[in-house]
Amino acid sequence: MKIGIPKDGRFGEFGGKYIPETLAPAIEELEKNYLKIRNDKNFKKELGRLLIDYAGRPTPIYFARNLTKTIGGAKIYLKREDLLHGGAHKINNTLGQALLAKRMGKKRIIAETGAGQHGVATAMACASLGLKAEIYMGYVDTLRQKQNVFRMELLGAKVHAVKSGSKTLKDAINEAMRDWITNVDSTYYLLGSAVGPHPYPLMVRDFQAVIGVEIKKQMKKIPNAVIACVGGGSNAIGTFYPLIDTNAKIIGIEAGGKGVKTKLHSAPLTAGKKGVLHGMMTYLMQDKDGQISETHSISAGLDYPGVGPEHAFLKDENRVEYKAVTDDEVIDAFLILTRTEGIIPALESAHAIAHAIKISKKMKNTESIVVTLSGRGDKDIDIVKEYLAKNVKNKRKI
Amino acid sequence: MSRIKEKFNQLKLQNETALISYIMAGYPSEKTTLAAVRGLIQGGSDIIELGFPFSDPIADGPTIQMASTESLNGGTKIENFFAIVKKIRKESNIPLVLMTYTNILYNQTYLKFILRAKQAGIDGLILPDMAIEESKEYVKAAKKIGMDTIFLVSPNTEKDRLKQIIKSTSGFLYMVAVFGTTGVQTKIHKYTLDALKNTKNTAKGKIPVGIGFGVSTEKDVQKYVSSGADAVIVGSANIKIIENTPANKVQTRIATFTKKLKNRTR
Repeated sequence: MKIGIPKDGRFGEFGGKYIPETLAPAIEELEKNYLKIRNDKNFKKELGRLLIDYAGRPTPIYFARNLTKTIGGAKIYLKREDLLHGGAHKINNTLGQALLAKRMGKKRIIAETGAGQHGVATAMACASLGLKAEIYMGYVDTLRQKQNVFRMELLGAKVHAVKSGSKTLKDAINEAMRDWITNVDSTYYLLGSAVGPHPYPLMVRDFQAVIGVEIKKQMKKIPNAVIACVGGGSNAIGTFYPLIDTNAKIIGIEAGGKGVKTKLHSAPLTAGKKGVLHGMMTYLMQDKDGQISETHSISAGLDYPGVGPEHAFLKDENRVEYKAVTDDEVIDAFLILTRTEGIIPALESAHAIAHAIKISKKMKNTESIVVTLSGRGDKDIDIVKEYLAKNVKNKRKI
Repeated sequence: MSRIKEKFNQLKLQNETALISYIMAGYPSEKTTLAAVRGLIQGGSDIIELGFPFSDPIADGPTIQMASTESLNGGTKIENFFAIVKKIRKESNIPLVLMTYTNILYNQTYLKFILRAKQAGIDGLILPDMAIEESKEYVKAAKKIGMDTIFLVSPNTEKDRLKQIIKSTSGFLYMVAVFGTTGVQTKIHKYTLDALKNTKNTAKGKIPVGIGFGVSTEKDVQKYVSSGADAVIVGSANIKIIENTPANKVQTRIATFTKKLKNRTR
């Protein structure tokens, strides 16, 4: 079940490279270069150094004593990716890919971003490595994540607000791909999640696997359960991959929005169907004609109709369990963690916390759960404020 | 013999280059689509390429993106598309090609979708996101049903790969003229003409080579015809005319424009 380099770019039947012909030589060049540096000692050393000195690795494993006490049941540990430079796990991948781009002699970097975390992490990596960055971001997302737009601009990146389609993450990816098709020779496309055509899902997983590798080292014994949130699925696959061949229960949490029985969610693994989008075959939210559905999530970072092909594979193999939690549950979890531990989680990460709260009650206090806290929540406080103003029930909790 | 192949054979005898015209089905309405098709036929278009909109058209520029969105917002479903095709078939025997994206077929399975398309009267398929590596099942299904699979090649496609693509292509080979998405371009690049020459050499006359993306004026058509293209494909320019013309004049304007272009292919 643990796939190293996927044959023909496929995890089981999922993945592949469904791309316009103009991109074929670029994808081939990328694959060749990536496979070459994948085991290159100097590359690993250089990246390792950057991850330590620049990004702040290793991140701690924190035993959330107060949260555990409040909920009762299994011990809850947090993998603190929120403490990384930039405030999210995204920097693990952007440093790796930017370094690769530099080795390939590419000077112009393009990227898509949802909540803005990948955009910020790209802008940071590019600034530090002397590369030019241009970021595509859905217009709707630029409005709900204004601060990140300005952060990217401060870091020297150019931000393009995408006004086509649903004006969110999927449209930002469409526009980045169009840019890449147009400027294929000069440009490196730095994809931020474990999605897209091969070799992106492999590459992003490899760069994020540092999360799971550290968890294994830091926990005295293999945890009983490991939980991470899944949008495209990069922090989740980075957490899960090194633990696939252990006996830990592995759970990925999708954005259930207003509920998976409504149309307002972003949970393709829970309620989607197989299809082809953004260069990959995977589970997608789509209508009966194959048109991609508009998604909803309180967190911009999970607001995506597809999911990384390796997750689709792990679901079908029954190795990982995928569940969805609703916006309401997410806000509850956000408030509980903030109040009990003094840690403000990103709304994305709060999805994983919400599920941990649900299952820890049913577990023994000798058991342990590791939750990957993929990012910090400073970017989300306006959204939470607005939500609480509209929802009196939750407001009482403050 | 497929309608497409027959058409190319016939044009060859007449020493003509094919004019392939693209429009988006359901943009801005089913009625206007039919009017535009009549205009294209009247103007002398040789093959009509009908777009079926996809929510995420990554190979398309702003003009066709806009037409896709409008068509979807207008409620175009696959049933409506096949209904339009059947109506055209009642009036004309012109070769009809469907251009859409892979997921539209994948959603129903290749075999089922292609069968429905064939029964409606479609002769060939263009999927800009179908890479040759992933096409085995698709090509197999199309062969079984007798549907032409029109693959795209780019100016940066290497020779070995080009040969491999030609093997899976039927009807004609679609050469993308530019690095970029569909839409009006301001000039013809030297790299495009070089690539056209190379592609023609590799195709060795076994399959016609059509050129598209950014072909929009009489001058463009003239240039590609004199550079040896077997077909010129005009798309976004038609969409622009439809966008800027009142519904009752679409047929005449499209016919006039098409006639001008067609004259340059003779």
